[in-house]
Amino acid sequence: MSSSHSSTFVMYDEELRKINMVSEKLLREANAKVIFLVDKNGQLITSVGETEHLDTTSLASLTAGNIAATGGLAKLIGEKEFSILFHEGEKDNIHISIVGGRVILVVIFDTRSSLGLVRLRVKKASDDYGQIFEDLAKKAAQEDKDGVPSPFAEITDDDIDNLFS
Amino acid sequence: MSFINYASREINCKIVYYGPGLCGKTTNLQFVYQKTSPDAKGKMISLATETERTLFFDFLPLALGEIRGFKTRFHLYTVPGQVFYDASRKLILKGVDGVVFVADSQEERLDANIESMENLKVNLEEQGYQLDKLPFVIQYNKRDLPNVTSMEELRSLLNPNNVPEYEACATTGEGVFETLKAVAKLILMELKKGGAGGGAMG
Ligand SMILES: Nc1nc2c(ncn2[C@@H]2O[C@H](COP(=O)(O)OP(=O)(O)OP(=O)(O)O)[C@@H](O)[C@H]2O)c(=O)[nH]1
Ligand SMILES: [Mg+2]
Repeated sequence: MSSSHSSTFVMYDEELRKINMVSEKLLREANAKVIFLVDKNGQLITSVGETEHLDTTSLASLTAGNIAATGGLAKLIGEKEFSILFHEGEKDNIHISIVGGRVILVVIFDTRSSLGLVRLRVKKASDDYGQIFEDLAKKAAQEDKDGVPSPFAEITDDDIDNLFS
Repeated sequence: MSFINYASREINCKIVYYGPGLCGKTTNLQFVYQKTSPDAKGKMISLATETERTLFFDFLPLALGEIRGFKTRFHLYTVPGQVFYDASRKLILKGVDGVVFVADSQEERLDANIESMENLKVNLEEQGYQLDKLPFVIQYNKRDLPNVTSMEELRSLLNPNNVPEYEACATTGEGVFETLKAVAKLILMELKKGGAGGGAMG
């Protein structure tokens, strides 16, 4: 594409399945309630666990805002970024970390778990996530190089107008 | 940076409303929120001061419908317009797919508009974007007020490249959806040009 910044983040079935397997395992081993992955721009990638009563879209946007703001703070004091954030509530806690450079991993847990356990398990899972995201990036780059057409290559003005009707 | 999810067949794009303090960015999102059916929108989040000035951002997720079997989702953000929130504005611009510049048409805000437009360019360039290359539209807001600058003058000062432009009154909603539709359309046209892999997570 025209510049590196207009590039698109893609997700395929295969990688999503792998990611969800890592998340399910982390959920079990860390005794967590919910786990979700968010793109640094605030787009939810996937979530597992007790998500029915959670507004995951809002959570994703605020988490990314949170990471962006603390990243800004880090730079001001000469740090690259704060790679782990932890927020403690009365019942539920949130553990936020960055995996594979640009994806945010969020773990929500309560008293059935502990910060120490979550930390330990997140550390282990981070390598697995990192590998999958690396593969994903390679695959997308390859498809781009091979000139696999965009699924939107054929869209028409009518398609777009219909969205707003 | 749009996010194409082949697994859930969704496409996500980020639109940022930029402009000087009090020009009506938040009001734009509020109107869109009010007029969108519940199944097409998520919660609107406003991180604001006690006096309703945007502190960090407003966020409104919209689901517009399907294109070629993909659900299209647009994430609308506003920046805080007040000059001293510049660090926050830079953060919100990250990963942007399209920009709406909301100008305040009142005469006394002319300088503030020009300054904000310059600030937009600088902040985009700092992150390697160029405004000329991005899907970009301009909205001249507050056209309902008596003391407005003429369209000719606003146009010559703010829109030298002739990008799509709309007169608006965000409080009544005039021009609000036209503006949104225009930028969404430009973003989708941009996607049309890209490949399937897009070059991944740059
Ligand atoms: N008369 C009139 N007032 C408007 C219009 N659009 C917005 N306003 C008013 O202008 C004031 C500021 O609007 P906001 O939407 O909060 O402005 P903003 O751009 O989000 O401001 P910041 O968050 O500080 O950057 C509010 O009192 C709005 O009701 C308009 O088209 N006409
Ligand atoms: Mg505002």
